[in-house]
Amino acid sequence: MGDVRAPLLPLTLEGVGYSVGGAAILDGIDLTLEAGPRTVILGPNGAGKSVLMRICHGLLAPTAGNVRWANPERRRQPRRQAMVFQRPVVLRRSALANLTFALAVAGVPRAERTERARRALDRVGLEGFANRPARVLSGGEQQRLALARAWLLEPEVLFLDEPTANLDPGATRQIEAIVQSIHDTGTKIVMITHSLGQAQRLGDEIVFIDRGRMLERTSVDRFFDTPATAQADAFLKGELPWHRPDAP
Amino acid sequence: MVARGDADLLAILTLSLQVSLTAVLVASLIAFPVGAALAVTRFRGQQAVIVVINALLGLPAVVAGLAIYLLLSRAGPLGPMGLLFTPTAMVIAQALLVFPLIAALSRQAVADAWREYREQFASLGASTSHTTMALLHDLRFSLMTIVLAAFGRAIAEVGAVMIVGGNIDGVTRVMTTAIALETSKGDLPLALGLGVVLLAIVLVLNVGVHLLRERALLQHG
Repeated sequence: MGDVRAPLLPLTLEGVGYSVGGAAILDGIDLTLEAGPRTVILGPNGAGKSVLMRICHGLLAPTAGNVRWANPERRRQPRRQAMVFQRPVVLRRSALANLTFALAVAGVPRAERTERARRALDRVGLEGFANRPARVLSGGEQQRLALARAWLLEPEVLFLDEPTANLDPGATRQIEAIVQSIHDTGTKIVMITHSLGQAQRLGDEIVFIDRGRMLERTSVDRFFDTPATAQADAFLKGELPWHRPDAP
Repeated sequence: MVARGDADLLAILTLSLQVSLTAVLVASLIAFPVGAALAVTRFRGQQAVIVVINALLGLPAVVAGLAIYLLLSRAGPLGPMGLLFTPTAMVIAQALLVFPLIAALSRQAVADAWREYREQFASLGASTSHTTMALLHDLRFSLMTIVLAAFGRAIAEVGAVMIVGGNIDGVTRVMTTAIALETSKGDLPLALGLGVVLLAIVLVLNVGVHLLRERALLQHG
């Protein structure tokens, strides 16, 4: 990637907690994310994975503990991390215009925007869709557009919150291929998924969250072959029940 | 007499359109930012403000007219400006009338869009101005619909313009006040003519809103 900027990573979370109305959604998270391995966050529903990701990305402030980047981003500078959400958020304008908007936000000169946007569309296989209204694209196409937008500024870290949860297998494969390509260009991937298969395909290391606590952090092979905790074991076997926030 | 009637009708129609269009424009300039601000900011008493604005959707036109009358009458605070019984007073009264409509509807539209877009804009690092312009652009069809709805309310009301305008022939007579007057005089041809025109305008407006929604949905989802 030839990044001459001081790297954002590693990202260190120390004693991070998040409570709402007295209920602890996250508690005592100690985690360091390094450049390199693709990190997959696994856990049952309600475990706090999405909240954890939003705290890492800066969308939420933790109610306890702190979040430290090695070289934090500065205000009014283009973002060096990006996030793709479960449901793609696209503006009511053409696919190309969605991308040029992101470039305008980042302060890219107007003359360069169209060309860079077109190249981004090509990279995700949306060449013919430049002038199509983004909102009439299918779910898979919109998610590819969201990935193209995230990729545009060559982020150092890409967060993905269950990017293929609403997609059919064909679209899922396309998204996974794009995520892999983004990783290959040097971006750190941090992804939440519910699909164990996807975790194995796209993960190098697993962070396992259950009921707000980080229970395991290990290589993907070790996690799937020999999970260290009973909860992880039950989760992998599909036995771990959904947890309501107020349940003991 | 028919020719004179046509000239009358045209003058009344023109004044009606001018007053209501201007009122909607003036009200929009203030109501859109207010609605948008209410949607994205948080402050104490916010819920109360929203409830009051929503309640003012039902503001009777005559009451709006009365309020402006009190403001502009010779004994009132703005009396010296001599605006009472002028088209300007009518614009002010109708602007007051449609302000809650535009503010409440735009607040709703922006709040819904904000809920959908807030995290994505934050993720992209969009500044306040980028975010605002993008939201307005995204909501353009909703905003146009709101403007049309406000215009429909303004052009069809009679209470406000009657009180602050006085229905003065050639000066402050608009379609609705003319219909009221001519009917009470028993002079039906002009009243009927105006009634048909007013109805046509309202119908065209509503068809326009409908077509706008359809086109927006088709083209942009």
